[in-house]
Amino acid sequence: MTDLLQPRAIGQDLVRRDGEAKVRGTATYAYETPVEHPAFAHPVTATIARGRVTAMDTAAAEALDGVLAVLTPFNAERLASTEDAEYAVLQGQDVGFRGQLIGVVVAETSELAREVADGIAVRYDEQPHDSELSADRPDLYAPAQVNAGHETDTAEGDVAAAMASAEVTLERTYSTAMYHNNPLEPHATTGLWDPAGDGFLTLWDSTQGVHPDRAAVCQVFGLQQEQVRVVCPYVGGGFGSKGLPHANVMLTALAARAVPGRPVKLALTRQQMFFLAGYRTPTIQRMQLAADSRGRLSAIAIDVVEQTSRIKEFAEQTGVPTRMMYASPNRRTTHRLAALDVPIPSWMRAPGECPGMFGPEVAMDELAEELGIDPVELRVRNEPEVDPETGKPWSSRNLVRCLREGAERFGWSGRRAHRDGDWLVGTGVASSVYPTMRQATSTANVRFEDGRYVAEIGAADLGTGAWTILPQITADALGVDVADVDVRIGDTRYPTASVAGGSSGTNTWGSALVVAAREFRTKFGADPRDGDEASGDVDQAAQDDTHSPYAFGAQFVEARVNADTGEIRVPRLLGVFGVGRVINPRTARSQLIGGMTMGLSMALHETSAWDPRIGQVANHDLAEYHITVNADVGEIEAHWIDEHDPYVNAMGSKGIGEIGIVGTAAAVVNAVHAATGVRVRHLPVTLDKLLPALD
Amino acid sequence: MKPFAYARPGDVAEAVRDVAAEPNAVFLGGGTNLVDHLRLGVARPDLVVDVRTLTSREVTDLPGGGLRLGAASTNSQVAADPRVRERYPVLAQALLAGATGQLRNMATTAGNPLQRTRCVYFQDVTTPCNKREPGSGCSAVGGYTRYHAVLGTPAALPDPNAPETCIATHPSDMAVALAALDAQVQVLGPAGERTVPFPELHRLPGDDPSRDTVLEHGELITAIDLPALPAGTRSAYRKVRDRASYAFALVSVAAVVTPDGELRLALGGVAHKPWRATRAEEVLRGQQLTEDAVRAAVAAELAAAQPQPGIDSGNGFKIPLVARTVLATVRGLLPEEQS
Ligand SMILES: Cc1cc2nc3c(=O)[nH]c(=O)nc-3n(C[C@H](O)[C@H](O)[C@H](O)COP(=O)(O)OP(=O)(O)OC[C@H]3O[C@@H](n4cnc5c(N)ncnc54)[C@H](O)[C@@H]3O)c2cc1C
Ligand code: SF4
Repeated sequence: MTDLLQPRAIGQDLVRRDGEAKVRGTATYAYETPVEHPAFAHPVTATIARGRVTAMDTAAAEALDGVLAVLTPFNAERLASTEDAEYAVLQGQDVGFRGQLIGVVVAETSELAREVADGIAVRYDEQPHDSELSADRPDLYAPAQVNAGHETDTAEGDVAAAMASAEVTLERTYSTAMYHNNPLEPHATTGLWDPAGDGFLTLWDSTQGVHPDRAAVCQVFGLQQEQVRVVCPYVGGGFGSKGLPHANVMLTALAARAVPGRPVKLALTRQQMFFLAGYRTPTIQRMQLAADSRGRLSAIAIDVVEQTSRIKEFAEQTGVPTRMMYASPNRRTTHRLAALDVPIPSWMRAPGECPGMFGPEVAMDELAEELGIDPVELRVRNEPEVDPETGKPWSSRNLVRCLREGAERFGWSGRRAHRDGDWLVGTGVASSVYPTMRQATSTANVRFEDGRYVAEIGAADLGTGAWTILPQITADALGVDVADVDVRIGDTRYPTASVAGGSSGTNTWGSALVVAAREFRTKFGADPRDGDEASGDVDQAAQDDTHSPYAFGAQFVEARVNADTGEIRVPRLLGVFGVGRVINPRTARSQLIGGMTMGLSMALHETSAWDPRIGQVANHDLAEYHITVNADVGEIEAHWIDEHDPYVNAMGSKGIGEIGIVGTAAAVVNAVHAATGVRVRHLPVTLDKLLPALD
Repeated sequence: MKPFAYARPGDVAEAVRDVAAEPNAVFLGGGTNLVDHLRLGVARPDLVVDVRTLTSREVTDLPGGGLRLGAASTNSQVAADPRVRERYPVLAQALLAGATGQLRNMATTAGNPLQRTRCVYFQDVTTPCNKREPGSGCSAVGGYTRYHAVLGTPAALPDPNAPETCIATHPSDMAVALAALDAQVQVLGPAGERTVPFPELHRLPGDDPSRDTVLEHGELITAIDLPALPAGTRSAYRKVRDRASYAFALVSVAAVVTPDGELRLALGGVAHKPWRATRAEEVLRGQQLTEDAVRAAVAAELAAAQPQPGIDSGNGFKIPLVARTVLATVRGLLPEEQS
């Protein structure tokens, strides 16, 4: 049990502290950092998917007026560490995927850098490439572990035996597409290498964590932490793609070191983001369910096939939610990977849970239909008393309350599939889940300064609300008015903070702030003097290992399908979540409906159309890679239940950045099925998949 | 971006002379398509001649009830013009179904029909494309064909290496409406003025996919005329796309029904040009415009349609989709008792 804060500022609907600067356009993002006399860099990228660069003709480029440096694998400095193949930029001639970095041009203007970079003639020794994922590839392998350190495979009981003896069984294959995070702000960096003394590198980078960013750069360049500063006050979205630095950051640092004293700006183009900024692997999910006639599961299994890049492994933990979601004595989860000549996949909002709750939640709907049981009821009947995976009690699990409240608010019981003019109407439901995490390191300082309380921590605000809610937490921990608290974030000059990822930012940084604030009060009492300062580490905060902490939710969807054309509309999307204590309803709602919108996008629109002949995403820009636009979103509501969880942390918060995207796509598929009778098992749900069934 | 010279001459005649004199020169309208292509390296002109302030921005009445759209009138302006909305709803609807408010504020009457294909390989200079680089081949065959043609193409799987192969579609919505309306394109060229019937402005790839239209180098569109329609004519535009807004058509339909029951039909998203469905129109000529008759006429139009296989099952779905969309659109234009 932790000592929960008495909420005063917590729970208040405060406006974003950074809102005005953003609306006025005065908030500076990485690329626009005002610097003296900047130079501009543009990458050269490989146009083959596998092989070797044998020559690059750079002589003409180097001789051009205004060109400051042309770096290639043939002349770039050797890096201290090339262990991570993604970061080993320009360290070798091998090409592991199309679009990989093979050079950079630094010039006086961005136009010149780009024109010169695009004009460099490259000779290759091209080899046949292999970039097509399928579930029957003979070379699928089991990774040592999957993302976030989860086991690759788990098994309990005997799924095969349960399948053989159950009253009802279901075996289906589902798939999710390849997705690209595509934050509005591209991956961009301004870098300055000051060679004086031991040398000092400053990076104004768009990142989800200045400290992890710095650590990676130091490792790659063999620099001490004190030699590098990373600054990032604002991020124009990350969705995981800025959680770990990508190769563009290393390339900017290389370029900056090639022109000492000149700040260098490098932003990936939208097209380059489809090669270099991570993405979500496509997944193929074979599901098995066994149940009795009342819908009680006796087996649940998911066998996942997905891809990684041949040069660096990333294994999405897609099967993980199936391990704990429903009560079933027999369970199996497996992950198999194909290592292909493709860009390197990485984190994207709710890695694991987002794709991993698609197959299972559609399968549950299919089972409910087969059994003639209300899909809400089917889920309720499979509610586990303790975490099936660990045997631990839940810190709090309110899935049933979310389902019931959602059903009530949505009007679920009065639903009926029907036709309204030219539109076929149906409704669907699915569950959401996301683990409650807290990172192991983060430190905060609290200081009394000019009559105000100032907290410092190198946290990141991706547009999520950290600027606003960290003061709320600090204020309550100090027992002062939130207006008297300033929080400074986004700079490695502040104490170490963990990445904004895994919905853990608030839980982690907030915990450190609470420790620091309490320490401050213990040391200096209620009447501190100017300059009094205390610090706190997250690892000093109470930690509960005896409970299983998760957030849960339920999503309800109304879908309409045009009887003539198969066009799909979702006029209503409603989610109810149990996410612990909500620190700021305004920023929380925006995270939840943002996640749900992204889930709708996954359901109906997003797909990186992979062209295996050339080894790239064919629709690699935002005119052709569709994300949901305003006109696609009708009524969208996010609600939360009043949840009191004394085990997670001093704030009682569970993390809300990711759960909104989990389950939405399944709920949409289930609603479209109710409307049309067509079960779309392979995302996205597009009209061509419905047309054959419309008469 | 390759450096280029920019010119804003004194009048249209000078603009035409400037472009005609420089083989690698282009006109610039609102720039919403051309500037993208400059950035992507798809267009690499030496000279850009800005005609936006030289050509007319006006929408004026023509004797007899028609309208003249000046080349520089914007898509937003034309869509909002009360005369267009009243007499040519198909055009207003087509314009509003295109792009976004910001783009429509910039896009011009001349530039819109001259926008180039959205074929992803055309827009990516690292992949072969006969339209962008004649003779290099066609990457779209067997690739990402969702937005590609089903009509006016030679075979389901044309030879990707043949220099004449191109299965691209023309992406404009406005152009589909103009084709159905039998608009007339006013052109000023080095050899003087001429008028091109809109349905003949765009061409099929033939043996030269690099050419989208019949315009010769240096020919400038000065206006597009909308002929008068008989009183009581009804028209509509229906665009089917992958999301509710801000997406190019998978398939679109422009339909005009005159009071004596004549149907003029044009299709978008299906061919290298806005596709005037002349075969369907012929089948229907003299017939009562019933759903069954329309269904049969569309089937005749689509008899030669060729699905293009490719990523995510290709584009065969467009063939039934066209038929269904035409029917739904025409149904909405028929008097109650006929539908
Ligand atoms: C993201 C995005 C989405 C879009 N979605 C749609 C859509 O859904 N539907 C749709 O129809 N369109 C869509 N568009 C395209 C848009 O409608 C066109 O870009 C626009 O209409 C072009 O007009 P412009 O005046 O800007 O042309 P420009 O870009 O200036 O020119 C286009 C071409 O016309 C030539 N040209 C211009 N003026 C003349 C003239 N007077 N005489 C001869 N040649 C001339 C130029 O040389 C150039 O080749 C979209 C565009 C974007 C960027
Ligand atoms: S379809 Fe036409 S535009 Fe597209 S790649 Fe082929 S030739 Fe180029």
